[in-house]
Amino acid sequence: MAEIAIRNIVKTFTDRQRDQDVLAVDNVSLTIRDNDFVCLLGPSGCGKSTLLNMIAGFETPTSGRIEVAGQIVEKPGADRGVVFQQPTLMPWLTVAENVAFHLKLKGLGRAERRAQAQAFIDLVGLTGFEGHYPSELSGGMNQRVGIARALLMNPRVILMDEPFAALDAQTKIEMQEELVRIWERIRCTIVFVTHSVDEALVLGTRIAVMTRRPGRIREAFDFDLPRPRDVTSPAFNDAKRNVLGLIREEATRIRHAA
Amino acid sequence: MQTASERLRAAFFPNLRWVLTKIERIAVPLLLVAVWEAFSRSGALPQALLPPPSAVLHALGDWMFGIDGSAQDYSGTWLRNALASTMRVAAGFAIAAALGIVLGTAIGWSRAIEATVEPTLQMLRPIPPVSWIPLAIIWFGIADRPAIFLVFLGAFFPVLMNTIHGVKAIDRNLIRAGAMMGASERQLLTDIVVPAALPSIFAGLRIAVGSAWMLTVTAEMVAVKSGVGYVLWDSYYFLRYDMVIAAMVSIGLLGFLSDYGIKLLMARVLRWQRTTVRRGA
Repeated sequence: MAEIAIRNIVKTFTDRQRDQDVLAVDNVSLTIRDNDFVCLLGPSGCGKSTLLNMIAGFETPTSGRIEVAGQIVEKPGADRGVVFQQPTLMPWLTVAENVAFHLKLKGLGRAERRAQAQAFIDLVGLTGFEGHYPSELSGGMNQRVGIARALLMNPRVILMDEPFAALDAQTKIEMQEELVRIWERIRCTIVFVTHSVDEALVLGTRIAVMTRRPGRIREAFDFDLPRPRDVTSPAFNDAKRNVLGLIREEATRIRHAA
Repeated sequence: MQTASERLRAAFFPNLRWVLTKIERIAVPLLLVAVWEAFSRSGALPQALLPPPSAVLHALGDWMFGIDGSAQDYSGTWLRNALASTMRVAAGFAIAAALGIVLGTAIGWSRAIEATVEPTLQMLRPIPPVSWIPLAIIWFGIADRPAIFLVFLGAFFPVLMNTIHGVKAIDRNLIRAGAMMGASERQLLTDIVVPAALPSIFAGLRIAVGSAWMLTVTAEMVAVKSGVGYVLWDSYYFLRYDMVIAAMVSIGLLGFLSDYGIKLLMARVLRWQRTTVRRGA
């Protein structure tokens, strides 16, 4: 079943300073199945975050439409959890209160919020930090809070915009492994934006390679390498060579066109 | 491990460092008061024109506690006058804070409200609050109300401007995160926008409480017959410069205390901003 259907999405931005329109996303169509872990892979500025923001409902497409579980996306909603590039937590709330923010908005009492948040705090490995403020935690820990916050809403879809880009290499690998572990446990649909070929191949069950601006889908393919994935294995390297080939081909095409 | 001498020192001077920093802090004020006392007693100026600190303290003591009647009519009336002034500050400040935060949030949040309301406010803002005194008197008469009106004018704009700034400076993604979690527009305002703007709002409140005291004293000099400002001006007419200075000291003390109160509240409310609050800004 199609969980997310992206149909002929075009997005143009108006550059007010130069008084011209910039084409950011050009006629993108993509179908994402239930429980897919899709990685949108592309260079900086290719419109992959814009595409994600449109699925989230933060931005509206210039033309085309996006459906999540058959509903046309018009505005943000708790059926789509978002994990931002920066943790984007409420700095005045503790870890537990940040994770339970959705429940507070729904009007649940403090004890109930606390009880429900605890399971997700445990799930992302932050047990013992419930009463800490974001300013007291590291970037990686804050990003875990952001993930727990999205998971708590029990959304149909989780949208992640380069959530590990600002982390050091070691923490990044840890977080990637944890994310896969969590996804395998709770089974939901994830759309994960990244510019790293390795990251996409470590995480995704489906990879959509995007082109440089204006963003188009160059190719989308299923990737079912068994887990845990070994980044030094021949199978991984074959896949990587294949993706890098696509990217290189694209770059050559652009150079010739210019 | 501590050496024996260190342990000995720790036992006898547990707070040596603390004592030293205290001395560091009060050395300059003490010296200034001593020089003032000496200069005043030297006879270079008639003592009536520059009363020594000891005389000011004497006047203040009698004004506060009615010891020997040296403050004449005002002997023992300090608390009454200080309360009168404080009530005016509190009333004007409370109205200004409530209105400033509500209106500032609305202006910072909504382009439409900004476009319709802000130009008018920006036109009123450069008019010094004290220049409203004549109108305040003819509208409100001679009593608490013109003073409260002036305090409101002086305290309103700092709160308003800082609230607008705080609301506009919010990280857009924080709002998006709220919308993603299903917040209604009202919830976005109460649960995200206002808390996020609080550090800036508190900066405005601290400026505002300073303005509030300035305007209360001014109003009391001109349009009210009670309060510390009134005592100050009345003592000036009766050439009681020791009382004038005692009133100045009282205003300084009351202003300091109200700022301290806001700082305490701020430390509680902005507990999450640990590093900045603890240093006491």
